[in-house]
Amino acid sequence: MHDDSTRQPWEDVGSIGVVPERALTLKDVTLVSGRTLAEAKIAYETYGGLSEARDNAILLFHALSGDAHAAGWREKDALTAGWKPEDGPDWVPSVAEFGDPDAAPASRIKPGWWDPFVGPGKAFDTNRYFIICANVLGGCLGTTGPSSIDPETGKPYGLSFPVVTIEDMVDVQARLLDELGIDRLLAVVGGSMGGMQALAFARRYPDRVATCLAIATTWRLTAQAIAFNEVGRTAILGDPAFNGGDYYDGEGPLQGLAVARMIGHITYLSDESMRKKFGRRLRDRKNLAFDFVTEFEVESYLAYQGKRFTERFDANSYLYMTKAMDYFDLSRKADSLPEALAGTPVRYLVMSFSSDWLFPTYQSQALVDALKSVGAEVSFVEIPSPYGHDAFLLEPEAQYGFIRPFLAWAMEERRASEKRRAGGQAWTSGQRRAGEERQTDAGSRVRKGERAGKGARA
Amino acid sequence: MTAAELLRSDLRLITGLVPENSRVLDLGCGDGALMEHLRDERGCLVRGVELDHADIAAALARGLSVVEADLDDGLAGYPDANFDVVVLSQTLQVMRKPALVLREMLRVGERAIVSFPNFGYWRIRGYLAFRGRMPVSRSIPFSWHDTPNIHHTTIKDFREFVTANGGELEREIALLTSDWHRSRIRRVQIMPSLFADTAVAVVHARR
Repeated sequence: MHDDSTRQPWEDVGSIGVVPERALTLKDVTLVSGRTLAEAKIAYETYGGLSEARDNAILLFHALSGDAHAAGWREKDALTAGWKPEDGPDWVPSVAEFGDPDAAPASRIKPGWWDPFVGPGKAFDTNRYFIICANVLGGCLGTTGPSSIDPETGKPYGLSFPVVTIEDMVDVQARLLDELGIDRLLAVVGGSMGGMQALAFARRYPDRVATCLAIATTWRLTAQAIAFNEVGRTAILGDPAFNGGDYYDGEGPLQGLAVARMIGHITYLSDESMRKKFGRRLRDRKNLAFDFVTEFEVESYLAYQGKRFTERFDANSYLYMTKAMDYFDLSRKADSLPEALAGTPVRYLVMSFSSDWLFPTYQSQALVDALKSVGAEVSFVEIPSPYGHDAFLLEPEAQYGFIRPFLAWAMEERRASEKRRAGGQAWTSGQRRAGEERQTDAGSRVRKGERAGKGARA
Repeated sequence: MTAAELLRSDLRLITGLVPENSRVLDLGCGDGALMEHLRDERGCLVRGVELDHADIAAALARGLSVVEADLDDGLAGYPDANFDVVVLSQTLQVMRKPALVLREMLRVGERAIVSFPNFGYWRIRGYLAFRGRMPVSRSIPFSWHDTPNIHHTTIKDFREFVTANGGELEREIALLTSDWHRSRIRRVQIMPSLFADTAVAVVHARR
């Protein structure tokens, strides 16, 4: 497919194309709380190809409002927009809306939530890596959650759904890996709540992953972040249509969910980004209304975001997922964060953003300090950005420069060490070998590595 | 001699001062050239600190662990005596708080290796004495108002600085790097504070 000698890395940048949604069902899922689910459906997507040695898999975790559809065009959306299966996956819609999914008209077809990061030639390069993204347990976008039918009653779970934790989300995804036949990942990665899952995975399954990329995230929420979550939950719980979580035969607490999303959105932006994006501009009018209609641009934006969110998200899932975030503490069951991380063989890359006040840099710094203190391999950068917490979605170029070399070296080192283990040459230092190959062209290096991997297996 | 060549020769010498298989923290590690060498050739366990993002990315490509931090904030997060050697190469003179940096190096490391340009080098003295202007040279290529080098020191001043900050000078290697023999660096034995343009010092905490 590729001409090794002439192709430049940037020529490969493009869309992954049309992606089918996959799902499988797990039996007897035991949760951290001790409760069990007789079965749980896990919705997931994959991007790129799994190598013969099964050594290039990356598990990507989504944030609060995300889903399994991280990149490319959703198959069912593509079908609606005129794509046919015989066209093959390489397809681009005539009119597409990039960027924030909630900011676009509902009728437009949108790529996955991390499309600028996942695809051929992108930071998570589908020419090199096999990327898996699953909807979280407790969610409402394909995976079993409170809006799913309880097989015992034949009705939606509602609040009878057991409380899930970040650890539970991670545990079911580890089982998903079992089903996919992947013993050990090259990387776990996530931003925000996804970063919590990446950190939890690396702690719970240190032998199943080589590296952990924790982006715009934290090892536990601040009181301020919990406070915002609680305001959102209070808006949902206080909506007359909430009905104790049993609202699936009606419209449900749309107003409460919209308010929760509005509050959320404020915390994802920054003073600077709001000032630049909206200022004090009025929408569709020149003078103040002296009324309580939506008049400022920022009001209109939040109202629209809130409304759009209610069209695709379940209020109960919002309760469960924000609760899971509040409960998350990477140091749980340890005396301290360093103790929780002691002896980890995982290599970490931690990235924070300068204007993120929801998951502030000092929290990433505390995580990095804990990793440093136990001698772990950890790298850290704070990326300057005006976009607040949302920067992890909006700054692909800034992150590309760190993610790409970090992953490339991890892949190279893994293949070198597996070759050593396979009884080949006794290298004095695999790291040295990886370092030597770094000098060559990035693309051909990986392909060379693939051949080496296959040779070692055979 | 370019800055890169100067750096390389300087780093070669530092490499020889680091024991094999030791734990090394490189402050202001740049693109990780020294760290990579210490890891691959001397089996060291290496960690780096750097401010520049392009350098951090280059170090990541070498498989090195580097954290972004401002050395002037100290080395919080590193436990006491966490490293065998802490290296500060050609960076002391850009620190706002050089004393804090040295004390922190001696706290987290058994030994500190510091290399710095000697402002007492005879050419610099001559430049100032005869031209009456702030010296600009190949090794100090900046104008006074636009230089990252805000804390120049001399070999003699550095000795006093070490003592004043709880350190003990274990070794002092005086070098001439900006020679006409551009590919070589030479050790200076006679009147180093006058004839060396660079010094490498090995320091440990006074016990």
